[in-house]
Amino acid sequence: MSAESKSEVTGFLGWVDKRFPIMDVWNDHLAKYYAPKNMGFWSFFGSLAITVLVIQIVTGIWLAMSYKPSATDAFASVEYIMRDVDWGWLIRYMHSTGASFFFIVVYLHMFRGLMWGSYRKPRELLWIIGMLLYLAMMATAFFGYLLPWGQMSYWGAQVIVNLFAAVPEIGPDLSVWVRGDYVISDATLNRFFAFHFLLPFLIAGLVFLHIVALHRVGSTNPDGIEIKENKDENGIPRDGIPFHPYYTVKDVAGVIFFLALFSAVIFFWPDFGGLFLEPPNFQPANPLKTPEHIAPVWYFTPYYAMLRAVPPIAGSQFPGVVVMFAAILLFFFLPWLDRSPVRSIRYKGPIFRGFLAAFVVSFVVLAYLGMMPASDLYTLLSRIFTVVYFAFFILMPIYSALDKTKPVPERVTT
Amino acid sequence: MPCRRPVFLDRIGPIHRQCAIHFCSALRYYYFLTFGSSDRPVRGRRFLSLAGVFQQMSAQGVDKSRRRVLVAATSVLGAVGAGFAAVPFIASMNPSAKARAAGAPVEADVSKLEPGALLRVKWRGQPIWIVHRTPEMIANLPKNDPKLTDPASEASIQPDYCKNPTRAIKDQYFVVIGICTHLGCSPTYRPEIAPDDLGKGWLGGWFCPCHGSKFDLAGRVVNGSPAPTNLVIPKYTYLTDTTILVGEDGGAA
Repeated sequence: MSAESKSEVTGFLGWVDKRFPIMDVWNDHLAKYYAPKNMGFWSFFGSLAITVLVIQIVTGIWLAMSYKPSATDAFASVEYIMRDVDWGWLIRYMHSTGASFFFIVVYLHMFRGLMWGSYRKPRELLWIIGMLLYLAMMATAFFGYLLPWGQMSYWGAQVIVNLFAAVPEIGPDLSVWVRGDYVISDATLNRFFAFHFLLPFLIAGLVFLHIVALHRVGSTNPDGIEIKENKDENGIPRDGIPFHPYYTVKDVAGVIFFLALFSAVIFFWPDFGGLFLEPPNFQPANPLKTPEHIAPVWYFTPYYAMLRAVPPIAGSQFPGVVVMFAAILLFFFLPWLDRSPVRSIRYKGPIFRGFLAAFVVSFVVLAYLGMMPASDLYTLLSRIFTVVYFAFFILMPIYSALDKTKPVPERVTT
Repeated sequence: MPCRRPVFLDRIGPIHRQCAIHFCSALRYYYFLTFGSSDRPVRGRRFLSLAGVFQQMSAQGVDKSRRRVLVAATSVLGAVGAGFAAVPFIASMNPSAKARAAGAPVEADVSKLEPGALLRVKWRGQPIWIVHRTPEMIANLPKNDPKLTDPASEASIQPDYCKNPTRAIKDQYFVVIGICTHLGCSPTYRPEIAPDDLGKGWLGGWFCPCHGSKFDLAGRVVNGSPAPTNLVIPKYTYLTDTTILVGEDGGAA
């Protein structure tokens, strides 16, 4: 046989292994996948993201068993799930809290990438697949937010779909096509449900590609050193330890701690003070009346603040829309924007650290401003922090090259 | 200058025949697979079995440039086919015939509408506001002109019969689509004069809660608002003195 397995296994496992490379997969990706021994706290969030994805898919399928995607029934069917379906409230709160936790985990995962320089060569493609995952997640969250058919669902979708109408020339037709009607209606709700169901399959596929790409180039670490460059006589990286059992055990511990936190929110604070479930969404959608104050859910508010910060130019809202999407797209170019000779924040100089800190602050402040009603002061602040946000990316080729770096050690430190 | 054929035609020309032969052979092969016999009358030696075709091809060696042209041509044709196949899927997302027909005009009775009050009716799924403007409200409208982006409604959308200072057929009844021209929220009715939050210059109008656009009582946008144009006025007509039909004007425009 040509595709003989490297491992010798017998019995049922041997029977399977002759027909499916189960032992090769196990070894290549777990038992003999060598990860740097110094990955600490920040390496938890990848496995946590997979955990939340599984929670979202499972609870989502169970919610779909009782939910009705129609303008007349949707709001009532969510209440039906909350009150009449056995344990329906738990499944629904797991799903709604899970959405916010998914973004918390992914934002921390991305911040880890910024700190460790995880986007740097040879991990560009890994980073880009990750950014596609982020886009797919945002799309899924957006489609999902319409489904409860509350006031915030309705008017949030109205505003976001109208962003498409700001595109010159084709805009109005485009927004009608997206809605399938001249207003947000039953047709829109129905198709958003279909997309909300479809996109997680895409996410699962991208996660697979993300992991394949990761295992091709190897995990990075807080020192930003390639452990593959220093191997012992058996070809095993000196600074590497097998992912299983070392990191599987570590990640399981992380998952347990995470689930404890997650449960506490689900059981004691599921709306999280209006951040995870916004108060107007407890009223059914009313196409005739906009709530007093509308804002997207917290994970979209940084971009929403940027949208509002840009004044209309020549009677068009389009520049604001461009700025908002550019803010997301810039992440894709990070691997080529960073010209520092070192990878990790540990060995980067004060300028890079300062810019990264300013970027994180601007992201958080913009998130806050995006939730608040637009006042003159807040609009001014949004403009300032939008500039800071963009400066982090656009000036990076300059300041990362200028920055004083520290020497990188040969072997990983602790 | 002599007319030259494009290079790719030179390449593709001599192989027409061979393609046709391969095609016929493939048909015959499928016929054989389907019906289990090849006893159809076969004319001449052109109809080789598929295996025979492959044998002949490998005997001739591989012409890579020919293969490239064929692969490119097949890919282009495949892409065109995929494009056509995508049409029904994309088109099915347009508004359905039912949604397109749902724009029937609606009637509103304004006889019981008190001065200063606002009536909401629904037309094409959108809120339509009808405001009974008081004489003071009408008198205040010109005072707003210096603060407005488009005071004469030159760049805004309304039927011709409403392109006047009060943007209405009858001054006292203002009919307008209650959707902000910015991003589609429905602004809040604020008829009071100079409330604390809207400032001393406020003479009544609408305030959009989403992004802070301001409109006066003729739906005209105040300078500095994110909204680019005045609120849109729908087609409408008076059936009686106090009954308004929104969505149709009998061709008055």
